[in-house]
Amino acid sequence: MATETRELTCINCPLGCQLTVTIVDGEVTNVAGNTCKRGDVYGRKEVTNPTRIVTTTVPVIGSDHEHMISVKTASDVPKGSMFDVVAALAGVTAQAPVAIGDVILANVAGTGVDVIATKSA
Amino acid sequence: MPREVEHRSVVVVGGGPAGLAAAIAAYEAGETDVLILERDTQLGGILNQCIHNGFGLHTFKEELTGPEYAARFVARADELGIERRLGTMVVDISNDRVVTTVSPDRGISHIKAGAVVLAMGCRERPRGALATPGYRPAGIYSAGTAQRLVNIEGQMPGREVVILGSGDIGLIMARRMTFEGAHVQCVAEIMPYSGGLKRNIVQCLDDFGIPLLLSHTVTRIEGKQRVEAVWIAEVDEHMKPVPGTEVRYPCDTLLLSVGLLPENELSRAAGVQINPVTRGPVVNESLETSIPGVFACGNVLHVHDLVDYVSEEAASAGTAAARYAQGLSGEASTSVTLVAKDGVRYTVPSTIDPQRMGEQLTVRFRVGNVYRDHYVSVYFDDERVQHRKKRVMAPGEMEQVTLKRADLLARPELSTITIKLEEE
Repeated sequence: MATETRELTCINCPLGCQLTVTIVDGEVTNVAGNTCKRGDVYGRKEVTNPTRIVTTTVPVIGSDHEHMISVKTASDVPKGSMFDVVAALAGVTAQAPVAIGDVILANVAGTGVDVIATKSA
Repeated sequence: MPREVEHRSVVVVGGGPAGLAAAIAAYEAGETDVLILERDTQLGGILNQCIHNGFGLHTFKEELTGPEYAARFVARADELGIERRLGTMVVDISNDRVVTTVSPDRGISHIKAGAVVLAMGCRERPRGALATPGYRPAGIYSAGTAQRLVNIEGQMPGREVVILGSGDIGLIMARRMTFEGAHVQCVAEIMPYSGGLKRNIVQCLDDFGIPLLLSHTVTRIEGKQRVEAVWIAEVDEHMKPVPGTEVRYPCDTLLLSVGLLPENELSRAAGVQINPVTRGPVVNESLETSIPGVFACGNVLHVHDLVDYVSEEAASAGTAAARYAQGLSGEASTSVTLVAKDGVRYTVPSTIDPQRMGEQLTVRFRVGNVYRDHYVSVYFDDERVQHRKKRVMAPGEMEQVTLKRADLLARPELSTITIKLEEE
C-alpha cells in the first residue's frame, strides 16, 4: 500500500488553511487542516485533477490600434499542461478583425480546449 | 477673449471601470446628457492590461478576464449612446465645476458640468518612494509598467527577475513573466504577510515554485547602466535589515509591487478635502466630496481589491451625480459621523445624512493587520448594533458592513457610528 501526503494552501478564502491531503494507492483518503467543506473539495481536486485557465497574449496583424490581443483557454486545462498551452501559442498570430470569443487556436496542445480571444481588435 | 464654455449635465473624469459604471448608472437614472473624458485612446482603463481571469465573479457570476469585463461595460455604454472623448486629458477642475481638457483635436476646452464624477483611478507607488540606495540603472519597473509592456506592447522587460512587494500585480506578473520565458527568482515582501490575495499566491507563485520571502526586503541594487543584481535581507520586527542575512541575487530586472496610491492631483487642485488614510476624497453617503456636485468612486476614492466592488460603488456615485445635476438631491440635513477605530483603518463614506441615504448603504473599510477570530462591531453612539465574527481579516482584502436607513431614522439623536474590531 503506497501512502503519500501532500501539503496545500486552500485558496477559497483569505483564511488560507494549510491542508494535508492523504493519498493511498492513488485515492484520496483524507483531507486535514481544512475548516470548512470547501477546503475538502479543493484539496481532493488539487491532488487528483488540478486544473487552471491559462491566459496569455498573441500578436495581432492588421489592427490599427492593437499590437497584441489577450487570449484564454475557453475552459480550464490540466495544470500540468499550462506550459504546453503557452508553447503551442508561440508563433501563433491573429488576424484582425478579431472579436471576443473568436477561436485563435483550436484544441490547444491536445487538451481538447480551444484558445479564444478575450479582446477585440 | 472670453473663453467658450460648453454646458454638460454629468461629466465623468476617467473611462476605466469606475467611470464606465458611473456614466451608465447616471444615464439609467434618467440623465442622458453624460460625457466621459478619457486620456487613453480606448475605454476600459487598467482592465485592458489585466489579461488574467477572475474578474466579475460577483457581478456576472462568471470568471472573466479584465478586457472581457471592460468590454461588457463598454458595450452597455455604446448601447446607450453615451458620449466619450478619448485622447482627452483633464488638466483642471475648478471648485465651481468647470472642467478644462486638452486634446489634439480640440485643443484646450472648458466644460461647465452640472455634476462631476471623479474616476481617475490610482497609480503605482514608484521607486522614488522607497528608500533603496544605489544608482538608477535600467531594468527597474513598477509591476504595472511591466504588465503594460508585456500584455499591450508585446515587449519583455527582462529575463532574470526579482520582485519586491507581494501586491497582486506583482504576483500576477510573476506568473506572466514565467509564461513568457523569464525566470522569476523570488518575491520579497517586507511585511510578515502578503498584501495579495491567497489565490494569487497559490496560482502565481506556488504553481511555479517561486519562493515568497516574507519579512525580507531589497537592501542594495547593483549595476550602473543596467541592473546586475539585487541584495535581499531579512528584516526584524521594526522592518530593519538583519545584519548578516543579505543574499545576492544576480538579475537584470527588478519589479516593484509596493502599493497603489489614488491619483488625486486634480481633486486636490480643485480644493477637494482628502482623507490622509485613503489618500482619496472625504465623501458622504452619496459619495459626494467636500465640493458640492463633485462625486468620487473607484480607486481614486480608495484602492479596491475587486473590480466588482468598484463597479458597484461607481454606480452609486453615478446615480447620485445624475440626481444632483437634475436638482433632485434634496436639502442636506444633519449628518452622522463615521468613526474607524481599533483595527479599522478608515471608512468610506465618512458621513451619512440619513435623509439622503438609500434604504441600505454599504460602508467599506480595510483593517490594519491580520486578525483571526475577531468581530466586526458597529456602534450607534454607545449602543452596539452589529457584531459579526470573521474567521480572518487581512489588509489586502476590503471589508464591508451594511447599514439600514430605517435603523438610522429610528434614532433621531444619533451623532456617531463607530466601526471597530473586537476580540469578543
